[in-house]
Amino acid sequence: MGKVATREAYGKALAEFGADERIIVLDADLSKSTKTDTFKKVYPERHFNMGIAEGNMMSVAAGLASTGKIVFASTFAIFAAERACEQIRNAICYPKLNVKVCATHAGLTVGEDGASHQCIEDLAVMRALPNMLVLSPCDEIETKLAIKAAIEHDGPVYVRLGRLGVEAVHDPETFKFEVGKGVEIKEGTDLTIVATGLMVQESLKAAEILDEKGVNARVIDMHTIKPIDTEILVKAAKETGFIVTVEEHNISGGLGGAVCEALSQNYPCKVKMIGVEEKFGKSGTPAALLEKYGLNAEAIAEKILAAKEAK
Amino acid sequence: MDKRTKLDLQKKATQIRKYIIEEVFSAKSGHPGGSLSCTDIFTTLYFAEMRVDTKNPKDPNRDRFVLSKGHCAPALYATLAVKGFFPEEDLYTFRKVDSYLEGHPNMTYVPGVDMSTGSLGQGISTAVGMALAGKIDKKDYRVYSILGDGEIEEGQVWEAAMAGAHYKLDNLTAFVDYNGLQIDGNITDVMNPEPIADKFAAFGWNVISVDGHDHEQIKNAIETAKTVKGKPTMVVCHCVKGKGVSFMENNYAWHGTAPNQEQRDQAISELDALMAKIDKEIAEEA
Repeated sequence: MGKVATREAYGKALAEFGADERIIVLDADLSKSTKTDTFKKVYPERHFNMGIAEGNMMSVAAGLASTGKIVFASTFAIFAAERACEQIRNAICYPKLNVKVCATHAGLTVGEDGASHQCIEDLAVMRALPNMLVLSPCDEIETKLAIKAAIEHDGPVYVRLGRLGVEAVHDPETFKFEVGKGVEIKEGTDLTIVATGLMVQESLKAAEILDEKGVNARVIDMHTIKPIDTEILVKAAKETGFIVTVEEHNISGGLGGAVCEALSQNYPCKVKMIGVEEKFGKSGTPAALLEKYGLNAEAIAEKILAAKEAK
Repeated sequence: MDKRTKLDLQKKATQIRKYIIEEVFSAKSGHPGGSLSCTDIFTTLYFAEMRVDTKNPKDPNRDRFVLSKGHCAPALYATLAVKGFFPEEDLYTFRKVDSYLEGHPNMTYVPGVDMSTGSLGQGISTAVGMALAGKIDKKDYRVYSILGDGEIEEGQVWEAAMAGAHYKLDNLTAFVDYNGLQIDGNITDVMNPEPIADKFAAFGWNVISVDGHDHEQIKNAIETAKTVKGKPTMVVCHCVKGKGVSFMENNYAWHGTAPNQEQRDQAISELDALMAKIDKEIAEEA
């Protein structure tokens, strides 16, 4: 099966579910990259380019939503979650308006554009906002179902999407998506890897490497960052005794932070957090960057083995 | 506008100004200067123009209003209360912990408030969104918004201005409360946004300049805006900060300061005297 970027899956999902006339899509001069142009081809009358003005776009989205629209506002994650953060906070989250901020080009795998465009703080920032639902799907079917859930959810949603084509993790025929419920995608008894976004794919491969070395790792796809699935985490902590979080995001405040907050208050357990270690990205191919920053399967497996030794 | 209508509007405006003083005095904080400055714009909108229903504040076909300069909530709340959206006595709970009358407007708590605002520069963008929705849905409601002259120092205002003109939102009419003062002093000293009318015209808006305390001029501008096709209208309102209270007029120290008991009493007595004068003129008119 070919690789599909979650941004492409997003564009297709918008077009697929776009018949609902309440749906309005805004973009900030990046519709070919965010893939909202896929929606635009089908429903040009409900797609509005707001130009290179992300803050205005988020507040306009709030105004549209106040009249009963379901508004999707897209740009790169760095400009959505960070440049327009305060607009998302005050105009969208505070009045709990029905705006879906679908941010593409998250993480290091933006690639050659480099650090200025590689958003590695968005989960931390968006997760800190009251009323915000934060989704981070890993593959095509999960993205499609996350977008469907975002449409059905009454209130603000942040969806983290990637630029890079990724393999399917879930079977499109049978996969069930439930907001706030992590998905166990590999059984295991020695430890549990909790991953999100394209780190799910890398973590599954890392778990295979660990299997070869006699370490049986469970893998959980945590597609909802907020609210985090405390139940699946506590169960994993009780049954495997060691949790590893893996995210294409800075080590502060993202998936690892959410998991630690949940576990420390409910079932304290040793956690190893794997992510970008308090530094900015740089230009390079996605594969070269994942290797350089220690986020490919081999590096993840190596870090887990070292942490397990130290434990 | 006939004389009696003018006098009735002046009476409403004076009542709203009295409530502004009472709100800020009872809260011991808030923004009297700018609230008094934009009172006549509010009065004209809510008592001579806007299609709103106090019994059905969320009517989908209503005209919308966004207070982009959200700190002037005392003027908005006083107007909504006098209009009948909620009891006037609730105004005395302004900014109190159990009150729904939050320091800056909140659309989820306050009947008649169409958008939560307070962070300057954002309200006008949300008004653009509402006007765009009106175009998409082919509805005939109109969208109104008041901006501060200091507020237009925010870059987002100009992003919104571009978008409003780009999408030809002739159902949007905004007002700049041009009183020349902001918290830190004269707008021309702090960060000069002038020439205001020329700037909005350059951004593709229909611009009308009026005396911001003359209800007839404001009303005429609103009527003209309705006839202009293909562009939004900006009404540049020349106003006096602190209008109606002698010691607050043209003094930026009253931007965000509450009066003490003595100052409150003096302000109310000045406004009562004005009210008596208007009542006398109404009696003579009849």
